[in-house]
Amino acid sequence: MTGSSEDRADALFHALADRTRRDILRRVLAGEHSVTTLAAGYDMSFAAVQKHVAVLERAGLLTKRRHGREQLASGDVEAVRSVASMLDELEAVWRGRIARIDLLLTEET
Amino acid sequence: MPVTDIAKDVENHTLTITAEFAAPVARVWALYEDPRQLEQVWGPPEYPATFVDHELRAGTRTTYYMTSPEGEKFAGYWDVTGVEPTERFTFRDGFAHEDLTPNPELPVSDCVYDFSATEGGTRAVYTTTYASAEALQQVLDMGMEEGARSAIGQIDAFLARG
Repeated sequence: MTGSSEDRADALFHALADRTRRDILRRVLAGEHSVTTLAAGYDMSFAAVQKHVAVLERAGLLTKRRHGREQLASGDVEAVRSVASMLDELEAVWRGRIARIDLLLTEET
Repeated sequence: MPVTDIAKDVENHTLTITAEFAAPVARVWALYEDPRQLEQVWGPPEYPATFVDHELRAGTRTTYYMTSPEGEKFAGYWDVTGVEPTERFTFRDGFAHEDLTPNPELPVSDCVYDFSATEGGTRAVYTTTYASAEALQQVLDMGMEEGARSAIGQIDAFLARG
């Protein structure tokens, strides 16, 4: 994947901001699925599902390979972790801050 | 540990942290009203914070800076948007230039600090929302070191409590 880390973050969050895409991602993280099988699970056209798969692929969350006439999609666990890790870092800042507040409040009692 | 819940909303770039403190709401509120107490908890010990202007009144601007171990200053500001004493205050948290004027090129986050009484003291709910994933990433890029150091500060505080 190319582009700055900001572009990458935008692509990740955009990809995850849609319920169908999150559902597709859950399925392909569990194991490789053909796009045809995926499309059968949704009340929308094959083209629409294919579009969702393409967004996930551009965000680096999913990879595709060709097997005969089938397109097989699988999820990239590491990429999914990186979104969560951004919020984990903020959590670390907050945990430190709250520990200091707690210390200040308990020291005086 | 005082942190009781953490909710991460990836879609809305929001982090909500809930903490319980063994002190009355009025005491916790007093901490946020007093710049001298606030600067003791805002930044990690290695990056001491200095609050220059701080009133905790709607329509005011709080300014502060943090000093790195190398002596470099990182400034920030709060535009206080709402204050309901001892219950809640809201502000927009941004980065500032060294002269403490806001730096509009860097992201701003919307913060809601909410306090309520519990049997044992105070429940504080801190909500921080970033406008975009890009903003969140930018803040993290800038605060990477702070985050790592906070973790160490947290362990120190934990040990000090015994």
